[in-house]
Amino acid sequence: MKHERAMERRQFLKGALGAASLVALAGCDNLTQSSWFPSILHKTEKLTERVQRAVTPTNALAREYGEADISKVFPANGNTDPGTEDYAGHVAKNFSEWTVEVGGMTQVPMSWSIAALKELPSRTQITRHDCVEGWSAIGKWTGVPLGDLMRKVEPLPNAKFAVFHCADVDDEGVAYYESMALADCYHPQTILAYELNGTPLDIPHGAPLRLRFERQLGYKQAKYVRRIELVETLSGIGDGKGGYWEDQGYEWYAGI
Amino acid sequence: MASLIHEDTGTGHSREGEPVSEREFQSEPVPIKVPSGPDGLTTHQDNVLAARPDSAPVVERTYRHRLPVRISHWLNVPILIILIMSGLQIFNAHPALYWGDRSDRDQPLLSIRPAKTESGEMRGITTILGHKFDTTGVLGYSDGSRRAFPAWATIPSAKFLAMGRQWHLFFAWLLVINGLVFTAYALFSRHVTRDLAPTGKDLRSIGKAIKDHVVLRHPKGDEAKRYNVLQKLAYIVILFVVAPLIILTGLTMSPTIDTAFPGLLTIFGGRQAARTIHFIACFTFVGFIVVHVVEVILTGFFNNIRSMVTGWFVVKHEQEGASHEA
Repeated sequence: MKHERAMERRQFLKGALGAASLVALAGCDNLTQSSWFPSILHKTEKLTERVQRAVTPTNALAREYGEADISKVFPANGNTDPGTEDYAGHVAKNFSEWTVEVGGMTQVPMSWSIAALKELPSRTQITRHDCVEGWSAIGKWTGVPLGDLMRKVEPLPNAKFAVFHCADVDDEGVAYYESMALADCYHPQTILAYELNGTPLDIPHGAPLRLRFERQLGYKQAKYVRRIELVETLSGIGDGKGGYWEDQGYEWYAGI
Repeated sequence: MASLIHEDTGTGHSREGEPVSEREFQSEPVPIKVPSGPDGLTTHQDNVLAARPDSAPVVERTYRHRLPVRISHWLNVPILIILIMSGLQIFNAHPALYWGDRSDRDQPLLSIRPAKTESGEMRGITTILGHKFDTTGVLGYSDGSRRAFPAWATIPSAKFLAMGRQWHLFFAWLLVINGLVFTAYALFSRHVTRDLAPTGKDLRSIGKAIKDHVVLRHPKGDEAKRYNVLQKLAYIVILFVVAPLIILTGLTMSPTIDTAFPGLLTIFGGRQAARTIHFIACFTFVGFIVVHVVEVILTGFFNNIRSMVTGWFVVKHEQEGASHEA
């Protein structure tokens, strides 16, 4: 009697385990597509951001490398040419009329040509670019510390984010944009770069001006920067998640 | 794995309304094992089976896994499966591994890529240290799709890096929390020193243990009540080497953490090296899980599962001197 019961239980358990594993795998896909589950997973982002900010000194520098460490080929990802008529016009004029405007919630909105930016004190750094896909590349970037520009435009006290409006659009005409916490704009390695490895940025790498935000992943490094807008909230811009990739499900806090 | 033992029972008395009859034990001619172990373990004989004549084994029930161990164990099942499968989803976004700090695409240690043959057919090619293997159907190209790991091995099953990352980073936190709670409990309750740390005697018998495992000869009787030396080493290495390694190499892939703790980059030999170690540690976990489940099945599936669900494990003692031929 006892033995038979054990046998039955054994059969039941085996069947249950097999069925459970199939249901579990299909279940993961259903959860991914549900309206509620991703928002639970998404809560991790805030926790990760809080913990990482707590353990990372505000001005701690990302590792800087030597000339010998520079990647022979620095891959260009995402949009590699804005392809718009307006942009093609700037390329034809060698970006001589390209200006970057810093406005929004500022006391003194200002704009600079590329030539004007090059007159300002620059910073050169050999850093590692970490793509969300998993690869890394090392390059030498030269540009203007964004903090210097911020001190000139004097952000209003309630400005919280800097939004980077870019010249590129995707195949469906959606404009590329990115954003970062205003505090991160003042990090010494946060620069608006106009040179890669000692030569002016080429088109695939974001000519004439791109952001380097060294402590976060590659998709935060906005290319073809046209306008920097200081805002209090990210809602109302794009789909409201703070960036082109963020609107497609990637984390706004890209420290990991 | 299955054949482990320790953990005193609170009761030492009969369960399920089966009183232990001293008289039956005394009147029974079959020799009875003394229900006590060197670690103060208290157990009792199952009188129903013990009372059977001749060479029937004496059955001893023993309380093997305490509640915190059982909870932590079963939490680990979905956590590890989801971490492995979402990790493979993330790997698929750039299916190659490197050493050092940067990805030199012409010299990967490993890559899993689709490739077109001269006749235009798609194949999956896995390259390890320059050696190419055709892995069509599983790696590189499977079910008509160009992907490193196949749909059945990833979460989500479709190509979806953003969601793969969200699953992975959420369950990574759970692994860390569960791991820290378990480790603290295991140290504090002396589970580590009493049950997991191999003794000198264990280590001297390692050759015999390996031989026994190869021929699938498993410990019986009192020997089945404690972890054998290979089991102990497996658990210790997973808990104190592989698990910390997989968490630290995961953190080394974070550019912010690298800024806060640049020593991590130095220890692991760079961000891409950390990614490679993370991948190897993952497959060490996969190997451990496979061996673990096989041993659970081979050493008494139902008994093992019950012991990890209810805590109670059954050990059969062969009758000493009892003849199997009538």
